[in-house]
Amino acid sequence: MNDGLVLDVRDLHTHLFLRRGIVKAVDGISFSLRRGEVLGLVGESGCGKSMTALSLMRLLPKESARTVNGQVLLEGEDLLTKSERKMREVRGRRISMILQDPQTSLNPVFTIGNQLMEVLDRNGGVDGESLDTQALEALRRVRISAPEQRLRQYPHQLSGGMKQRVVGTIAMNRAPSVLIADEPTTALDPTIQLQYLNLLKELQRKSNMAMLFITHDFGVVARMCDRVAVMYAGRIVETGPVREIFDRPAHPYTSALIASVPKIDDDTDRLYAIEGEPPVPYALPQGCRFAPRCPFVEERCRAAYPDRLTVGPDHTVECWKATAA
Amino acid sequence: MTETLLEVNDLRKHYPFSKGVLLSRVLAQVKAVDGISFSLAAGQTLGIVGESGCGKTTTAKIVLNLETPTAGRVLLEGEPVHEMQGERLRSYRSRVQAVFQDPWSSLNPRMTVGRIIGEALVVNRWGTRTQIADRVRELLVHVGLREEQAGHYPHEFSGGQRQRVALASALASFPKLIVLDEPVSALDVSIRAQMMNLLKDIQKRDNVAYLLIAHDLATVRYMADHVAVMYLGRIVEYAPTKDLIGNIQHPYTKALFAAVLPHHPDDANEDATVTGEVPSPLDPPSGCHFHTRCPFAAEECRRVEPALRETRNGHWVACHLA
Repeated sequence: MNDGLVLDVRDLHTHLFLRRGIVKAVDGISFSLRRGEVLGLVGESGCGKSMTALSLMRLLPKESARTVNGQVLLEGEDLLTKSERKMREVRGRRISMILQDPQTSLNPVFTIGNQLMEVLDRNGGVDGESLDTQALEALRRVRISAPEQRLRQYPHQLSGGMKQRVVGTIAMNRAPSVLIADEPTTALDPTIQLQYLNLLKELQRKSNMAMLFITHDFGVVARMCDRVAVMYAGRIVETGPVREIFDRPAHPYTSALIASVPKIDDDTDRLYAIEGEPPVPYALPQGCRFAPRCPFVEERCRAAYPDRLTVGPDHTVECWKATAA
Repeated sequence: MTETLLEVNDLRKHYPFSKGVLLSRVLAQVKAVDGISFSLAAGQTLGIVGESGCGKTTTAKIVLNLETPTAGRVLLEGEPVHEMQGERLRSYRSRVQAVFQDPWSSLNPRMTVGRIIGEALVVNRWGTRTQIADRVRELLVHVGLREEQAGHYPHEFSGGQRQRVALASALASFPKLIVLDEPVSALDVSIRAQMMNLLKDIQKRDNVAYLLIAHDLATVRYMADHVAVMYLGRIVEYAPTKDLIGNIQHPYTKALFAAVLPHHPDDANEDATVTGEVPSPLDPPSGCHFHTRCPFAAEECRRVEPALRETRNGHWVACHLA
């Protein structure tokens, strides 16, 4: 656990076993998270970012997906070799998760108070009155208006933003070492999204928690993250400090993603668009997976997958055309 | 300016909120759209921006003649839309088309893409079978797909391609106006830019007007000639896009602007300009609907509803303080 290393993921492979064949959803990725750091895992649908999160939590759908190789070291302990019972003690306490849709994380037939108290009193034995105060405290932490009233309300009576705050306070209740946030604001309105991002950032700073922030949006990355890992077709194609990635993206996919976001204070008449679509996961290209869409593609790109190359401090890329630092 | 294609005058849509089945009582009216007016010229784009519950989708539905307004009128080329019947109504339906947000639910899974696109032409007895087949192939190519894909079913396409199919089918009947309801928000980032560029190219070529519904100011900034910002059923600011971005006057528009995510870490400012959430449309705040969240709210804002007035050429604002 040197230099505050909290999470160390090494050579993670998660495969989906489907009727049409095996999909290498996560195909050998490595990354680490230090205490107090926010790492953005960025990519488009199907790139494997959510599968990565589920692999870390050991919550993959049992029938169809399995982590076939790799290590997930949480404060030095490998989560992948733990028994399901031991894993249950880890989830929610040491590593926790916020999902995109708060509606699916909350039980529609129980009140907010009920669901909060269940989490607060997981081992039983806490008396009712102090549970009440703790639940109120939990709601105040995420600045929910009229918390006394909310305790008695059901999820459908709360707005999306408020529900996501409830999910957040449940996830952070045990002060986990690592919080995984999987597109937590995608379903929220813009002004509510901004409020929620600011709140998450503030709570994360206060508790010095490490956060893995999964998103498809480089704007969210710019606001939230210290470091970035860009995923494409199951691989992390580039990783580095956030400013370095924005100022000197080394992978053509990263620069294209950044360039294709419309900018509000820019007069361009035409957006930069990446041609084509991500590869079908059953039939990945043989060489670099981005080669069919890459404007700079060369012969060697189609022949073999590029090695990882260090191009700057803490900045690596998997691209044949990058030059070493 | 060119000729006016669509004109909306003091449009209102109120939904009764009632309790009970027998002897039900109407408890209140949800004023989803509460007196809005705007116009749209041929070949131009008007963006309507706002958050959930602001009435933008209801407005789109009324323009599409899927809802009848409680009051007010919608005129297409000078003709009141909700009074059309028979042949006029049919002609209206081919002149006004729509592309919706979710390309997974808007295409019939049992029809080939060729039939989906050709459907409008068949219904309107536009031409012979060969003529229609030719038109379908031409449309597929226009939206960046391949001719032979006419025989494929929707499930064989990705989200971005499906949205292209939806656009091709909207274009089939040579429409004058396409209502775009969040046309790119369900798409991946790298596909969004393709779709937005395609929409602009098609507009330039076919001179079709767009009524673009969006929650994201940056998308509208890129696509629209004029922008109307809506809040709880009313238009709070309306201006040519360039004027609006350069000189935002309404505090709510400012808040939306501040909520646009930065495109570089150095631009990330930490202060949210508005707090709280959009109030319930069942019981909207008195006076200016925005006063409960507005950092500048004065006494007058709580009592008096601000009128939409022109503060400079073509720039309209509904705010006492502007």
